[in-house]
Amino acid sequence: MTQVATHPPQAEPAVPVERAGPARRGRHRYARAVAVFVAPFAILFLLFYVVPIGYAVVQSLYVVQRTGTYGPAQEVFGGLAQYRLVFSDGPFWASVGRMLAFGAVQVPIMLGIALALALLLDSGLVTGRRFFRLAFFVPYAVPGVVAAIMWGFLYSPNLSPLKPITSAVDLLSADTVLWSIANVVTWVYVGYNMLIIYSALMSIPTEMYEAARLDGAGRLRIAWSIKIPLVMPAIVLTTVFSIIGTLQLLSEPQVFRSFSSAVSSTYTPNMTVFSMSAIPNFNLAAAFSVVLALTTFVLSFAFLKATQRKGIQ
Amino acid sequence: MTTHPTTPAETVRHRGHSTVPRSAAMLIMGVCTVYFLLPLWWLFVGATKNREQFTGTSPLWFADFHLADNIRELIAYRDGVFLRWTLNSVVYTGGAALLGTLLAAMCGYALAKYRFPGRELIFNVVLSGVLVPATALALPLFLIFSQVQATNTFWAVFLPSLVNPFGVYLARVYATAGVPDGLLEAARIDGSGEIRTFFTISARLMSPALVTIFLFHFVAVWNNFLLPLIMLSDERLFPVTLGLYSWNTQIAQVPELRGMVIVGSLISIAPLAVAFLLLQRFWRTGISTGAVK
Repeated sequence: MTQVATHPPQAEPAVPVERAGPARRGRHRYARAVAVFVAPFAILFLLFYVVPIGYAVVQSLYVVQRTGTYGPAQEVFGGLAQYRLVFSDGPFWASVGRMLAFGAVQVPIMLGIALALALLLDSGLVTGRRFFRLAFFVPYAVPGVVAAIMWGFLYSPNLSPLKPITSAVDLLSADTVLWSIANVVTWVYVGYNMLIIYSALMSIPTEMYEAARLDGAGRLRIAWSIKIPLVMPAIVLTTVFSIIGTLQLLSEPQVFRSFSSAVSSTYTPNMTVFSMSAIPNFNLAAAFSVVLALTTFVLSFAFLKATQRKGIQ
Repeated sequence: MTTHPTTPAETVRHRGHSTVPRSAAMLIMGVCTVYFLLPLWWLFVGATKNREQFTGTSPLWFADFHLADNIRELIAYRDGVFLRWTLNSVVYTGGAALLGTLLAAMCGYALAKYRFPGRELIFNVVLSGVLVPATALALPLFLIFSQVQATNTFWAVFLPSLVNPFGVYLARVYATAGVPDGLLEAARIDGSGEIRTFFTISARLMSPALVTIFLFHFVAVWNNFLLPLIMLSDERLFPVTLGLYSWNTQIAQVPELRGMVIVGSLISIAPLAVAFLLLQRFWRTGISTGAVK
């Protein structure tokens, strides 16, 4: 990329390794190298991560005013006016509540299944582990949109191979569609989370179990008292990613609008943001984005802190 | 009860003790396999049927095998717009993941192997970037790109897709563990420049990590739906997911699209599934490093 040639201010003060060992005279060469290594990513990160966030914050502080009914629109500083609108927006908070309910149910179920499957694969009770690991992981290769389209057809009473179920329960009604969507998300991500936990289990040295085994501890006891505590960091990591994923939910419910009239255009927070961009009311949409990003960040961060474990670092 | 063999060889020793737990475990595995694979089986069977058979025959078993005809029809539909979408997806995701992996690898490597002022700051900012949902950025990005009248262009989707903070984090972890300082010193003594050393020695040592970062990045871009949805209005710029989505919304008006959506979905899954199967070794090492370290 051409950015490499330019010298960005934030990478300029790069200074060499402090304890550089024998190669002390090469200080400036290192500074250049660090700049070349860091700058391309740093510039793109600034442009497409930091600047948009800053821009959204600034935009969210403005309101559009017109002089008279048909006068030209003008952006003026409105302080927290947009945020007042966000906080008084019933459908938006209903959608946030919906996602919290979704997350409170779907995340534990999904991670519970993932953990159980990982422990089973690791227990030595299962033959053909390679096959099962792959079979459970394959859905992760299916993009969310495609998974939702597929399950949407499977839920539709006239096409579904699940006729005994779909004729008894309407899986696309207002009461059930949220959990039908939860099933799609679970189906896609169980295998991925299982693989993360399973990899953590594989890295536990076998000697850890020897003592417990000699003391007469059974499989369940070892799983509960040794394995689960040792893979806790992996579980924390998957939980954080799942929380982020839940609040971001968009493609599955957006697809389900074609299958179920119960899914409104403001069904999830992200769908609200998307519908704002179409109206368009950019200042208000920016405020929604800021609130959503902050909520996600605070929730994930609080979870990381609350568990007091270094799940990510 | 004896417990926990970790290698297949060890498993053999414990045979015979525990037929009940073993059958229960295999039963659970079997049920889960059906749950995970049945929808895909249904999709595959559905994609081989023509329109009458799709509703008229058993959804889980083949009628006449029309897969080739269906694919031909899909590709011919509306001047090959589906091929165009597939190509777009390959360029968006493949291009962004390749270039993005290189950028993330260089940055993570520098953060691991050099000490410079602002190093911790950069790392912490990038790490909090991992916690910022990509979709929260989509709308602000749209506002910025509309300021420079660049929405509804290839770049509006491609450029933001290059940035992968999690890749930087993984690259740093790998470079710390996998590239010995002594080797870098040796290269310096031999007169190799830092950048040359990175490309000839370090990148090679990090190559399993790079494949992992590439895969993670690939999936992230492949799954990012909101950004193209907000940015693009020209159908010819759509990635395949957005294309299938738009067809799916039109099924009520244009019923023939249903078959197209089914066959298209199958085709859109196949390459990624194959890539996963071939590269699964890298997945596992990558995931364990990301989760455990």
